[in-house]
Amino acid sequence: MSVFAESQTQETFVVNLGPQHPATHGVLRVKLTMDGEYIDRAEPILGYIHRMHEKNAEVGTWAQFMPNTGRMDYLHALAYNFGYSIAVERAAGIEVPERAEYIRVITCELNRISSHLLWFGAFVLDLGGFTPLLYAFDDREQLLDLLETVTGSRLTYCYYRFGGLYNDIDENFVDGSRAFIKRLRSRMPMYHNLVTKNIILMKRLIDIGPISAEMCRKYGATGPVLRGSGINFDVRKNEPYSVYPELDFDVPVYSECDCMARYMVRMDEIDQSMRIIEQALDKLPDGPIKPEKVPKLIKPPKGDYYAAVEAARGTFSIRLVSDGTNKPYRLKLRSPTFSNLSLYEEASKGMLLADALALMGSLDLVIPEIDR
Amino acid sequence: MNLQSEPVWLLVSLVAVIAFAALNAAYLVWVERKGAGHIQRRIGPKEVGPFGLLQPLADGAKLMSKQLLVPKGVDPVLFKVAPILVLVPAIMSFVTIPFSETLVGRDINLGLLMIFAFASVNVLGILIGGWGSRNKYAVISAVRAVSQNIAYEVPMLVIVLSIVMVSHTLNLNEIVRQQAGFFWHWNIFRLDLSLLMPVSFLVFFVCMLAETNRAPFDMAEAESELIAGAFTEYSGMGFGVFFMGEYANIVIGCALAVILFLGGWQCPFGVASGWWWFLIKLYALIWSVVWIRWTYPRTQFYGLLNLSWKILIPIAFVNLILTSAQMKLDNLF
Amino acid sequence: MSGYFKELISGTYSLAVGLGITIKYFTQPVVTMQYPMEHVKMTPRYRGHIELVRDEETGASKCIVCGMCQKSCPSGCITVAGKKPEGSKKKVLTTYRLDFTKCSLCGLCVESCKPGALDFSKDYNLASPRKEDYIFDLLKRLEEKS
Repeated sequence: MSVFAESQTQETFVVNLGPQHPATHGVLRVKLTMDGEYIDRAEPILGYIHRMHEKNAEVGTWAQFMPNTGRMDYLHALAYNFGYSIAVERAAGIEVPERAEYIRVITCELNRISSHLLWFGAFVLDLGGFTPLLYAFDDREQLLDLLETVTGSRLTYCYYRFGGLYNDIDENFVDGSRAFIKRLRSRMPMYHNLVTKNIILMKRLIDIGPISAEMCRKYGATGPVLRGSGINFDVRKNEPYSVYPELDFDVPVYSECDCMARYMVRMDEIDQSMRIIEQALDKLPDGPIKPEKVPKLIKPPKGDYYAAVEAARGTFSIRLVSDGTNKPYRLKLRSPTFSNLSLYEEASKGMLLADALALMGSLDLVIPEIDR
Repeated sequence: MNLQSEPVWLLVSLVAVIAFAALNAAYLVWVERKGAGHIQRRIGPKEVGPFGLLQPLADGAKLMSKQLLVPKGVDPVLFKVAPILVLVPAIMSFVTIPFSETLVGRDINLGLLMIFAFASVNVLGILIGGWGSRNKYAVISAVRAVSQNIAYEVPMLVIVLSIVMVSHTLNLNEIVRQQAGFFWHWNIFRLDLSLLMPVSFLVFFVCMLAETNRAPFDMAEAESELIAGAFTEYSGMGFGVFFMGEYANIVIGCALAVILFLGGWQCPFGVASGWWWFLIKLYALIWSVVWIRWTYPRTQFYGLLNLSWKILIPIAFVNLILTSAQMKLDNLF
Repeated sequence: MSGYFKELISGTYSLAVGLGITIKYFTQPVVTMQYPMEHVKMTPRYRGHIELVRDEETGASKCIVCGMCQKSCPSGCITVAGKKPEGSKKKVLTTYRLDFTKCSLCGLCVESCKPGALDFSKDYNLASPRKEDYIFDLLKRLEEKS
């Protein structure tokens, strides 16, 4: 830091990191004002993939917005489906059958694992290691195959419906999930040996990129970023929804505040998600996957509604305003990465370029979700 | 016509060395891609020829048929000179490498010194390339390459110094000749000289990786930070020549490690020594370079300097002291 | 000082473990599929672009031209038209056009279809440089298939 403070008067130069850059994983543009290799100011510039999702929602019916939700955070699409379904169900007062809730939790957690696996690969790729990415993709591919058999798509799922699901799961899926968990459990030690315990990686992550709890509160950071700063907050525990209260799982919290803490939170979350899925599979009740009566045209009564879910990147919440018609009056989406990215400018001040990119990777950015 | 007569041998060795360097560069790319593929549980190149063996030819044809693009705003002279400055010293170094007792371009008495002299020119090429590109990423990369090379030449030379002290010569062929016999005569296993000899081989190998800008020390190229570093603005054969130079440098580095530590063209069992043993050892080392690249993440810059100054240089000096003490003791008794 | 050596040794060990893992996978068979030579079989629920379903009795489409699919589509990529032939009470489908450039494969149309006249195809090799290739005439496809 002292190096940076002394060189205030020296000449700085501007580097455009993105919108096309191998480390920004999408169309994020960061305007870096650099002093040598030290970052003076990193200003994220957004809007390259803005698609007006919020406005789109006001144009179509309630049901027609469902496909859009999966296209914001394309890596954890089911959490977004989940959040929107819960919001509309609360608004319209639709009861969800128990079986549907359990299947939602199972598929949502499977999707969380796939999201974290991709993040794991991409993060190590940011740090220059190629091979873990392909190993993670190997596992993730099994998972996507599994989800494809029930949802019909591999990435931008649109699986949940108001009050239930698009279609039911079968024995093959249950067996497949158990087999996958067994497989991933046997692979996790390999990931830890190859990557987590690697001295080069430890040197690059430990004590790098501090994000204090104070900073998280200031910018509203959530998810693994927050839990990596020592704050125990998980929507699944703090504002329980669906059948999460009936399932036993821990919220991994690390208080080191560095990149390694955020890395470990996500790796532990994979383990916890596997626990959740196993319990949910054991408890999976029989029954319908849709309520007896779902109105064909949903017209929630006038009012203001809110729902939040824990997505892979943090708290995703929706605020709905209904005017009693078949279209939303206003739909405000709160996406976690937007807040998580906001602290980047403050957190990256005075860092070396390579460390700043490790910090960026540890935030787990998904750009379409920032811009919406 | 006598091949060994002066002007003929010069020409023959020059052509042979260039061909060897080019062939190696081409097929090391193939080894790299195939090795990476199988490590990552994919196949790698397979379309062009059996097992993708003609892939380097296809790549070469593609690179050569591309326009030599000189972007606006670059320093045209430096920009064009840089790739040559990387490749030529590497090829020059091949001249002194003894492939076998007789198969050597020039049996120079100062062979080792000459290789190190030329190896230092290589980094100049990267510096000029990065500087001449007038690209911010390229300049950062060039600066990184230089400070990295300076940091790693120190331990490398100190290690080499202890070998030179043992063998009393800078002639590479002579160094190999002194390691004749069974494999415990190789310098790496000469625990009677210094207990740290195997470790010093590792130090040399790590320095070699850093010198040639190979992963995990590929700070200069660092594609997830600096796009392609000093080579960002290069395309077509300009890029191809950089690439060839990089691989030629790896071959030189590994050849040097084989000669200094692993007995060069000597057979491990003292029989039928020849160039085949040299090549077997050489390619085994090159394979481990590829293997390392596809296993580890990249180091961070201060990590790299810490490694050099805090670990490698102390080990190198301890090794030097141990070796000289041992030699002194031998003289005393 | 002991920390220095401890880290040196544990660090070197971690690097060796990493090398062991990659070489183990190097010797194992590849897991990828050679795509243009091999093809994946899509699962029964795979959501490709939509298709009209044939009525086994009449041989024609099951569609009753209610227009629900058109209404339910979020991106408005379906155009349905039909007419009543002389002396018939039911409408007969004359055009069913899918603008696949806009389709997001959400499946709302298939769900909204009461007579079950729509289904997903298992077609995923859809690549073309021309936009017109993605305007599907589903009625024509149905006829071609028979």
